[in-house]
Amino acid sequence: MFRNVAELLEQANADSISISEVMIRQEMDVHQRSREEVMGQMERNLVIMEEAVERGLQGVTSHSGLTGNDAVLLQQYMAKGNTLSGHLLLDAVSKAVATNEVNAAMGMICATPTAGSAGCVPGALFAVKERLNPTREQMIRFLFTAGAFGFVVANNASISGAEGGCQAEVGSAAAMASAAVVEMAGGTPEQSAEAFAITLKNMLGLVCDPVAGLVEVPCIKRNAAGASNAIVSADMALAGVTSRIPCDEVIGAMYRIGKSMPSALRETAEGGLAATPTGRRLADMIYGINKGKE
Amino acid sequence: MKYQSVFDIIGPVMVGPSSSHTAGAARIGRAARLIFGIEPTWATVHLYGSFAKTYRGHGTDLAIAGGLLGYDTDDDRIRFALETAKKQNMKIEFIEDTAATEHPNTARIKLGTEESSMELVGISIGGGKVEITELNGFELRMSGNKPAILIMHNDRFGAIASVTQILAQHEINIAHMEVSRKDVGKDALMVIETDQNVEDDVMHILEKASHINRVSRLIN
Repeated sequence: MFRNVAELLEQANADSISISEVMIRQEMDVHQRSREEVMGQMERNLVIMEEAVERGLQGVTSHSGLTGNDAVLLQQYMAKGNTLSGHLLLDAVSKAVATNEVNAAMGMICATPTAGSAGCVPGALFAVKERLNPTREQMIRFLFTAGAFGFVVANNASISGAEGGCQAEVGSAAAMASAAVVEMAGGTPEQSAEAFAITLKNMLGLVCDPVAGLVEVPCIKRNAAGASNAIVSADMALAGVTSRIPCDEVIGAMYRIGKSMPSALRETAEGGLAATPTGRRLADMIYGINKGKE
Repeated sequence: MKYQSVFDIIGPVMVGPSSSHTAGAARIGRAARLIFGIEPTWATVHLYGSFAKTYRGHGTDLAIAGGLLGYDTDDDRIRFALETAKKQNMKIEFIEDTAATEHPNTARIKLGTEESSMELVGISIGGGKVEITELNGFELRMSGNKPAILIMHNDRFGAIASVTQILAQHEINIAHMEVSRKDVGKDALMVIETDQNVEDDVMHILEKASHINRVSRLIN
């Protein structure tokens, strides 16, 4: 089993295989499952992601009433053809938002790596799909590549907002997406690692401060930013830009930053945006006025 | 390594909104139900840390109730779990506990029927993955999403050997095993995570082995 990104790259290079292939083979070995089983389960996850994006693009609203329908707004805006950031980037953003809006509405999603960060990977995947025209297998492999990097983060740091802040959730998700975009675009395993490091570096310090404790504000918009960060960093890595701090060290830094964050900024809804006057007012509105006085 | 599978990272497929607070909570509830072996008639759930602070908005209460009803993370019925529990005369009480815990997402579930009861502590470590850290006062470390058998036994020579021998005879591979006891020669607990589900016939044989008091299992 690879324990860090250095070992992941070593395995890929030793056998001249892609990162997705390393992850697929490890899954088969460790769990004694056939390639068909492993690929099949990932395809089912892919289908859930597609369905969530589709549903979100039709417009959903959360039970709290805090969020919903922004994916629709973004698609309508893109359809006018006069955007600043361009179609692909905004497509990723809208599809990430769509996924997280469905999640907030208690809809079915695939946690990637968590539910609160479920938008980054599918957002990036379905946006670059239109540019790169991948086969179905390549789309499934995209998820294995993302998963390989997430596996390292989960085992060496954390993917939990309560433990590591939002950098551990959306930060990891965006970085995972970035590494997978690079592989799908034909980059090397090293370039995937560079993209991962660049993305995560740009997410360091991100606090988890959900308003009223719900995975809605600011989580959904952070997935949007995460998906766009993923694509920009992938382009940087493909251009040959490297991270001065190696990938594994960036992951270590993320973990230490998370550990040193006060608990008010780690999913307790006691600090950050959750503690703003509006954040508190919204919490009172959702839970009834007594909650704010506790 | 805490995470063994890529599907712990890309997955689980679940009903939103939170993998830690909804999917993880459902898995802790379901593990409690499966280990108890029968449907409980009552449950008292203490929520700590971030679980206590934000459970309502995340449907953590719905998810734990769903788990106690036997639902998985992707079961649409989770959203009606509290009503369903009420209809089935399962009394569930949630307590926002302020005690400090080692992990920010911790739940202590006491559950039972008129005849028997059980107490379990679970933590939700991220991405829907959970660990059971305590059972009836015994400390342990068990992932709630792998098949496992739990064996209450007397701390005597040969108790562990007889169990592993039975498993070997039935070609059941042990993935992880832990033994804890309250005192030398007193009650002890074996937790054995296995690669495949342990069938009923093997369970019956284990129950009859010497120094074994009670056997329960967690089916994946």
